Amino acid sequence: MFGAGGGTSSYREMEETDLIILWGSNAREAHPIFFHHVLKGIHNGARLYVVDPRRTPSAQWADVWLGLDVGSDIALANAMGREIIVSDLHNKAFIDHATSGFEDYAAAVEGYTLARGETITGVPAEAIRELAHAYATAPTAQLCWTLGITEHHDAVDNVLSLVNLALLTGHVGRYGSGLVPIRGQNNVQGGGDMGALPNRLPGFQDVENPDLRAKFEDAWGVTIPPKRGLHISLMHEAMDEGRLRALYVVGENPLQSEADGEAMQRRLGGLDFMVVQDIFLTPTAELADVVLPAAGWAEVEGTVTSSERRVQRMRKAVQPPGEAMGDIEWLCMVARAMGHDWPTPTAEEAWDELRSLSPMHGGMSYARLEEMGGIQWPCPDESHPGTLFLHGRLWEEDTGPKAPLSVVEWTAPVDPLDDDYPIRLTTGRRLDSFNTGVQTGRYQSPRRIAGVLDLSPEDAESLGVGEGDMVQIVSRRGRVTAPIRLDRSLRPGLSFMAVHFPDDVDVNRLTIDAWDPKSGTAEFKATAVRIEPVPS
Amino acid sequence: MSDPSVTVTVDGRDLEVPAGVSVLDACRVGGADIPTLCFGPTMTPANACRVCVVEVEGSRTLVPSCSRRVEEGMRIGTESDRVLHSRRLVMELLGSASELDRAGGDLPRWMELSGADPSRFGEAEPEKGRQPPSPGHGHESIPGRAATVFEPVKVEDELYVRDYSRCILCYRCVDACGVEHQNTFAIAVAGRGFDAHISTEFDVALPDSACVYCGNCVAVCPTGALVGKIEYDMREEGVWDETRQEVTRTVCSYCGVGCNLDLHVQEGRIVKVTSPHDHEVTQGNLCIKGRFGWSYVGSGQ
Repeated sequence: MFGAGGGTSSYREMEETDLIILWGSNAREAHPIFFHHVLKGIHNGARLYVVDPRRTPSAQWADVWLGLDVGSDIALANAMGREIIVSDLHNKAFIDHATSGFEDYAAAVEGYTLARGETITGVPAEAIRELAHAYATAPTAQLCWTLGITEHHDAVDNVLSLVNLALLTGHVGRYGSGLVPIRGQNNVQGGGDMGALPNRLPGFQDVENPDLRAKFEDAWGVTIPPKRGLHISLMHEAMDEGRLRALYVVGENPLQSEADGEAMQRRLGGLDFMVVQDIFLTPTAELADVVLPAAGWAEVEGTVTSSERRVQRMRKAVQPPGEAMGDIEWLCMVARAMGHDWPTPTAEEAWDELRSLSPMHGGMSYARLEEMGGIQWPCPDESHPGTLFLHGRLWEEDTGPKAPLSVVEWTAPVDPLDDDYPIRLTTGRRLDSFNTGVQTGRYQSPRRIAGVLDLSPEDAESLGVGEGDMVQIVSRRGRVTAPIRLDRSLRPGLSFMAVHFPDDVDVNRLTIDAWDPKSGTAEFKATAVRIEPVPS
Repeated sequence: MSDPSVTVTVDGRDLEVPAGVSVLDACRVGGADIPTLCFGPTMTPANACRVCVVEVEGSRTLVPSCSRRVEEGMRIGTESDRVLHSRRLVMELLGSASELDRAGGDLPRWMELSGADPSRFGEAEPEKGRQPPSPGHGHESIPGRAATVFEPVKVEDELYVRDYSRCILCYRCVDACGVEHQNTFAIAVAGRGFDAHISTEFDVALPDSACVYCGNCVAVCPTGALVGKIEYDMREEGVWDETRQEVTRTVCSYCGVGCNLDLHVQEGRIVKVTSPHDHEVTQGNLCIKGRFGWSYVGSGQ
């Protein structure tokens, strides 16, 4: 946000804030220990609002649950923004001092009346009004989100629509108020920090900036391509058009994790050459020309960065099996095989090189990370304690660059509902499982809910099916068979599948790979389906 | 707000301690060795076990040091005959009713130091044929034998075991499952008197209960009544050996919250995962994936 890709707040702020919004986040199940901090906040008197199509276990803790229709988030945020402005609850001093673009924003949200908000989102106008007023008048407030916001065709606009609300009310840049994207994997944040983005060098430094590039070229003794690379959806396009012929996949299972599984099968199968470096022989690895057995978690050293920007050390506890080696070893071996003179550094040596090039990590020696139980970036030097919350500058006399309010318009999900495909299917995680189940499929959980279709009792009744009955779920791209699980947390017209059991029920055979042009994220969350009983 | 400290006397020694700390903290600052059982550093004191009692001048009864806050001028005694006698008796009563041979922490040392002898209440009741207690249905005691809280071991899943013959009803698991940490409220104390026991709703089996298998109860159990299945099996086989275990701190491999994990490794194999109680992200708590979802490591696949 505003130049640094990380959540602004610390978990401890959840315990002391006045109001918490979980928007498109079922943290109770997907981020349970983050939710512990939310619970402490609730016990300390914070109000909780949950915005989610499903009445999730998180929503069950809320003072108010706003059960919006899938993919209507921008309409809800814009209607809240308009309501805050017309009720004169926006923080005019903060807007003048620290932001830009207010006039354009106000004009853009003018059409999002409470009534229109209700029409688009399905949330009663009075509930939209209540949340808008509660958020704007709370002394401090945290706005948190996860994949319910980002796995859409307009992911970046979704995020911007929430950022707008924080800027409108001054709920950012001070203790207790902030914007919190809770990360889905243990090093999503760290991957971005380290420059595993098509347009960034480590420390979020722009690869298209010649001065920054020169710094890295000096240190590395190589020339860096001056243009940004491809994000994953552009890679798919390049594969479709035959421009991308070889792929080196590290620790991913795209055959099962990406939307539109049929298309992925075609793309990966059509490559000239694919290397997969993974801890297991995943279905993606089975398609590879070369598989490099990787050492996994608990078998290698390194660091990860959490959702509160806390860099923490990962340590080796057991020996990797067989020929498996860490990613650093493999990358350096591949480099040497290609004729480069790359000695294999220790994890700490690689980290110290990173610190010398990424100012925000400069003060994070391994010794300090150990001693302090992790450090929150930015931490520019070894006397710096790390940073509890970001963007305090917006409240200082010299704000630096103003934070822009953005004009964002709601657009409907790409996969429309109609008479042939009348049910909205959304996807997500369950408590005891993780992503495609490569890791979690290997422990015996008493809480496991295998590959099922969650359906509202009302829809089940009208389809004439009951708990456990097999049905076919048909989208415009594919069909899968799964048993029904009745779920009262779903409203009629909404169904849900978890992503954890692709070998049994490959939900991504159904999902659409329409993607957000700004982030490259696919719209996993909004598929149109119909449900056909399977005659028994 | 300046200088919020108070002066107290512990065993005749004057100490300056921050206002608001517990008597227990003050005594430990002063170097006193006070046993605790039900007290957990991340939890509100439950005042259940009474092994941490001390004398406070002017107080008629002994005072549980874990929950009492210091006051200016307080005179505290940790080593009087009355304290030592009370402490010893509490440990003897607990030790006669519950099996404490797998209790962690300093309990074995404290029992030895205090000279506690649980067997003086008689040999433990025979266990055979005893049914687990249910609310309102007590069991008959045998004259001359020490009554116990015996229940058959509950092994209902592959994640953790409940061996309530080791339970001292300290309430830590109940509080951890409840308002202190997890807020799931899957367990509570049911029954009265000697039949009081930890129970799920309607005493249903754990997989049928509200339990979400975070194991945050296991993390705070001081006596080994709640224990990971792997640890339980290894103890039963006689191969659990903490002197041969190495503990390595790392970060969970799943979601992006960044929970610290301590991996307990014996003979090259992870045998238990805990989280440090003094780390602000988790305070010792984890979810089912973090505490139990690591068996893919070393799965040989």
